[in-house]
Amino acid sequence: MTGIAIDKVSMVFTLPGGGEVHALNDVSFDIKEGELVSVLGPSGCGKTTLLNIVAGFLAPTSGEVRLNHHTVTGPGSERGMVFQQGALFEWLTVEQNVAFGPNMAGKPRAETHEKVEHLLNIVGLKDFGEKPVYQLSGGMQQRVALARCLANEPDVILMDEPLGALDALTREKMQGLVLKLWKETGKTIILITHSVEEALFLGEKLIVMAPRPGRIEKIYELPFADQGMTKSPRDIKAGADFVEKREEILSMIWEMEEEIMGQTG
Amino acid sequence: MAEKKEPSEAAIWLGLADNTFTRQKTVKFGDASAVNSGRFYSILIVCGLIMLWVLSSRLGLVKEFYWPTVGGTIDRVILLVTEGFRNISLWEHVGISVFRVLTGVLCGALVGIPLGFAMGLSSTARGLFDPIVEFMRPIPPLALIPLIILWFGIDETAKIFLLFLASLFIMTIAARSGVSSVRISKVHAAYSLGASKMQILRHVILPNALPEIFTGLRTSMGVCWGTVVAAELVAADRGVGSMIMIAKNFLQTDTVVIGIIIIGIIGYVIEIIMRYLERWLIPWKGKG
Repeated sequence: MTGIAIDKVSMVFTLPGGGEVHALNDVSFDIKEGELVSVLGPSGCGKTTLLNIVAGFLAPTSGEVRLNHHTVTGPGSERGMVFQQGALFEWLTVEQNVAFGPNMAGKPRAETHEKVEHLLNIVGLKDFGEKPVYQLSGGMQQRVALARCLANEPDVILMDEPLGALDALTREKMQGLVLKLWKETGKTIILITHSVEEALFLGEKLIVMAPRPGRIEKIYELPFADQGMTKSPRDIKAGADFVEKREEILSMIWEMEEEIMGQTG
Repeated sequence: MAEKKEPSEAAIWLGLADNTFTRQKTVKFGDASAVNSGRFYSILIVCGLIMLWVLSSRLGLVKEFYWPTVGGTIDRVILLVTEGFRNISLWEHVGISVFRVLTGVLCGALVGIPLGFAMGLSSTARGLFDPIVEFMRPIPPLALIPLIILWFGIDETAKIFLLFLASLFIMTIAARSGVSSVRISKVHAAYSLGASKMQILRHVILPNALPEIFTGLRTSMGVCWGTVVAAELVAADRGVGSMIMIAKNFLQTDTVVIGIIIIGIIGYVIEIIMRYLERWLIPWKGKG
């Protein structure tokens, strides 16, 4: 069982000049094995902080995150991470980037090579293994990042706005790829995003967060990710349910933003 | 509408006419890429200066004490190449200077890179060395010459030690800033891919710092080349710097001028080699 329990997690940052920022306030939810959970919210709602706590890069002020009943205390290879951009190693080729995890673990080269070839095939970068990563487009680089993460065979994949820096068309294609990889590998995925559409389309469960202090506003259970394999993405996104949910969440986030403006203004 | 006459290839190469792309621009003043090579004027000025030199030599306009004649300089070059300067061949003078620079930079890098890494990675090392590095950084290496002569005399150790110091602080600062420039997401990515601290040092922090280390090496080479010549002016019996200083004492203006030209050429060649090496060894520079 590779479930994740996020248990009463609070995070308070103390600012250098005094003063405190309540990035997260008493956040609790569970993620079942193989579930794809998307986390959405306006900037400053603590969604990236939450992901960094799950990844083990930050220790929460109170509460804890448990993975298979073990408390998370630091980063580990069972939790793979896909970053927005710029987290690839530009001194390595595509193949060397993907092979990074297995190579660090000292896995046999031949086995790793085979696995890397296979993964590059899946993400559509079959003939790009020898290329330096900086010669690739933004979308291709994110495919490499996905493959690099998968090559390490993590139980959980944490995605921090992985498609955030891509143009709209590439982004849509990549959403299809993420969905496909999730279905094929059955990994547990937490996806942080600021795109309502992306959160709805990919998440089985969607957590909407509110800022100041960062907290859970609402949790949705969604059918769209399941439909994603049979229906075309465009049809799903144009469907009445989808549009209705999208508008509902958009206005919710819009209100949050207004509230922030009101507080500061 | 009247057909405009296309300028010839030669005119474009010479910079007398703009290329097609620039000609399409309506805003040129303030757009640096619209300024062409102006090669014609480069050729003009170089030829002009040479002509002026030839003319003044022919007419004896300038005393040889101030500036050598063309013929005298050519004779002197031949003499220097065939017989050397004061029983030491020209190659030895040049060779010893280059050797001092390379040794100094190498020693500076061998100590400075680990030191910079330590300062970038550990609070203790940073606390210990920061005052020393920050204090030494603005001091021109030449200001250390008197002290180094007092300590080491004027033998080879003194010069190499001076160059070592000149490159040490440049290399330390370059390596430290290379370490600090690593994007935290790369380090995080490596940790979540299961890398150990040593593996992160070797496979993430080191390659990430290489471009800045190399820039440090290039700067050190330049500074050390300048420093070695100056140090040789003060105290040495061999080396390009000493050659022009001794020549001055014998009022051999032509040797002085030739020495200066050699210094310029070698400095330029070092820079070119370093740039070439950089492109070859660190093709990812600036692409992160």
